[in-house]
Amino acid sequence: MIYVENKDLVIPGQILADEEYYSGRGTFKENGKICSSLMGLVSLRNKKLRVIPLKSKYVPKKGDVVIGKINDVRFSMWDVDINSPYSGILPAFEVFGREKKELNKVYDVGDVLFLRVVDVDEIKKAKLGLKGRGMGKFKGGIIVDIAPTKVPRLIGKKGSMINMIKDKTKCKIVVGQNGLVWVRGDEDMEQLTKNIIHLIEAEAHTSGLTNKIKNKLYLAIDGELPPEEVEETEEEFVLEKPKLQNFKEELEQEEKEAEEKKEKEDKPNIAEVIEELKRKNMKKDNTLSYGDNSNNSFILNNK
Amino acid sequence: MSDMIRKDGRKYNELRPIKIEAGVLERADGSAYLEVGGNKILVAVYGPRESYIRRLLEPNTGVIRCRYNMAPFSVDDRKRPGPDRRSSEISKITADALRPALMLENYPRSMIDIYIEVIEAEGGTRCAGITAASVALVDAGVPMKDIVVGCAAGKVNDEIVLDLSEYEDKEGQADVPIAMMPRTGEITLLQSDGNLTEEEFAKAIDLAMEGCRQVSELQKEALMKKYATE
Repeated sequence: MIYVENKDLVIPGQILADEEYYSGRGTFKENGKICSSLMGLVSLRNKKLRVIPLKSKYVPKKGDVVIGKINDVRFSMWDVDINSPYSGILPAFEVFGREKKELNKVYDVGDVLFLRVVDVDEIKKAKLGLKGRGMGKFKGGIIVDIAPTKVPRLIGKKGSMINMIKDKTKCKIVVGQNGLVWVRGDEDMEQLTKNIIHLIEAEAHTSGLTNKIKNKLYLAIDGELPPEEVEETEEEFVLEKPKLQNFKEELEQEEKEAEEKKEKEDKPNIAEVIEELKRKNMKKDNTLSYGDNSNNSFILNNK
Repeated sequence: MSDMIRKDGRKYNELRPIKIEAGVLERADGSAYLEVGGNKILVAVYGPRESYIRRLLEPNTGVIRCRYNMAPFSVDDRKRPGPDRRSSEISKITADALRPALMLENYPRSMIDIYIEVIEAEGGTRCAGITAASVALVDAGVPMKDIVVGCAAGKVNDEIVLDLSEYEDKEGQADVPIAMMPRTGEITLLQSDGNLTEEEFAKAIDLAMEGCRQVSELQKEALMKKYATE
C-alpha cells in the first residue's frame, strides 16, 4: 500500500507506504511502515521512495565541486568555508606540490575559490584540491547563495536552465554543489541573474519553471515575450547528481583562448621577424656579393 | 459535571485559539511564530552548523542546544532580563523533549541552536515553545522522526481541564504539561505540578494527549501552507 503520490509535499513523520516499497534517502522504516524524515517532495522510482528536502545543509561528498571562501591561512594549509556545517581544508601540497611558497601570497583570507572535494574523513572534514580544469580563484563577480538541494533545478535538464540564463544575460556562471553560485558579467545583468536565481530557488518545486523563467528573462532584457515554441514536455524535477560539465568546458575553452592569446603575445609574429631578417640579408646580399645561402638557411632552421 | 464552562468561556476539553506560522525569519535557517491565547512566541533555529564550543560536540552524532528566554515586557510585572532558574529549566526540558525526534546521525560534530523568545506570556509557554520549536526545526530541514507537540492539562475547581490559561495555572490545583510524538504516541516530556489522584492523573494525561493531537494538525497545516503550490 502506498499513501502518497510522486511529487507530493510531505512532512516529517508522515507515513508514506507499507513494507513492500524500498526506503531511500529522506525516509526511514518503523514498525513495517516507511515514513518521511524531512519536509520535501516525494520521489517514487521503481518502488524506491525518497524525499527530496526543500531545505538542507550541504554535507561534503567526495568528488563534488564546490565554491569556498578562504577563512584562515595556516602554516601549510588554508581553512576554507564551504557553506556547510563542516569546514574544508586546502593543503598547500595540493596547490604547489613540493615547491615552497608563502601561502598568503597565493591565496589570502577572503579569496573565493572553485574547488573539488578530494576526500572526506570520518568526522566529515573535507580535504579540497584544485585538480581539474577551471579550478582556482575567482576574480570579480558576485556570489549568490541558494539551498544545495535546489542546485539540480538551477542547472536543469542537461543544463537547459543555466545555459538559457547564460545566453540571455551574457554572464559567466559557475555553480558549486554546496549551493554557492558565482556570477560575473555586466553589473545590471549580475543583479538580474541574482534575482532570477533566487526566483528559481523559491519556486523550485513548481512545474513548468523553465518556461516561466524564460518569459521573465525575455521580458527583463528584450522587453517582450519570447516567440512561442510548441514543445514542452512537462519538465521533471531532476534528482540526479547535477551534471556540471558545461561550465567546466566553458572555462576550459576560456583558458585555452587565454593561453593562445598569451602565446601570441610571447612570440609576436615570428614571420615578421623572419621577414625583417630576410630584408636585412637582402641588404647584405646587395651590398656584399658573397655568402648568400648560409644566412637564409640559418634563419629557416631557427624557425 | 463536564458541562461546566470555564472562566474564559471554554469547555473542559477546549483549546485556546491557536495560530502557527512557519518560516517567518529571513536570516535564520528555520523559524516559526506561534500564538496560543495570549501567548506570543517566536522561535529561530540555526544549523546544523560548526560549533566553536568543542567540548559539547559528539563524534557520532549532532547535538542540539536550546535557549528559552522571556522578554522583560512579556509579563505584567517586568521580568528581570537574563537567564534565571525557571528559564534554565525550561531550556533543558525543551531540548530533552525534542531530542528523541531528531535524526542527527548524518551530521556528526555539528550543533543545532534553538532560540525560543517569549514575547508575550499567558500560561503554558513551555508547551507552546516546544510546539513552535519543532515547527521551526522542520522548516530548517532537520531530519526528524516526527513533529513533537506540547500541550498541558490540569485541575481547576476539582475539574480536569485542557490547556490552562495563566489564571487557571495560578488558581488551579494542578498542572500537567506533556510533549509527545503524535504518530507513535510516545511521550517525550511529562511534568506534574500540584496534587492529583491516580485517576485524575490518568485522565489529565489522556486529555493532554488529545489536545496534542489537535495542535499537531495545526502544525502540519502551517507547514503545508508555507510551501503549498498555487
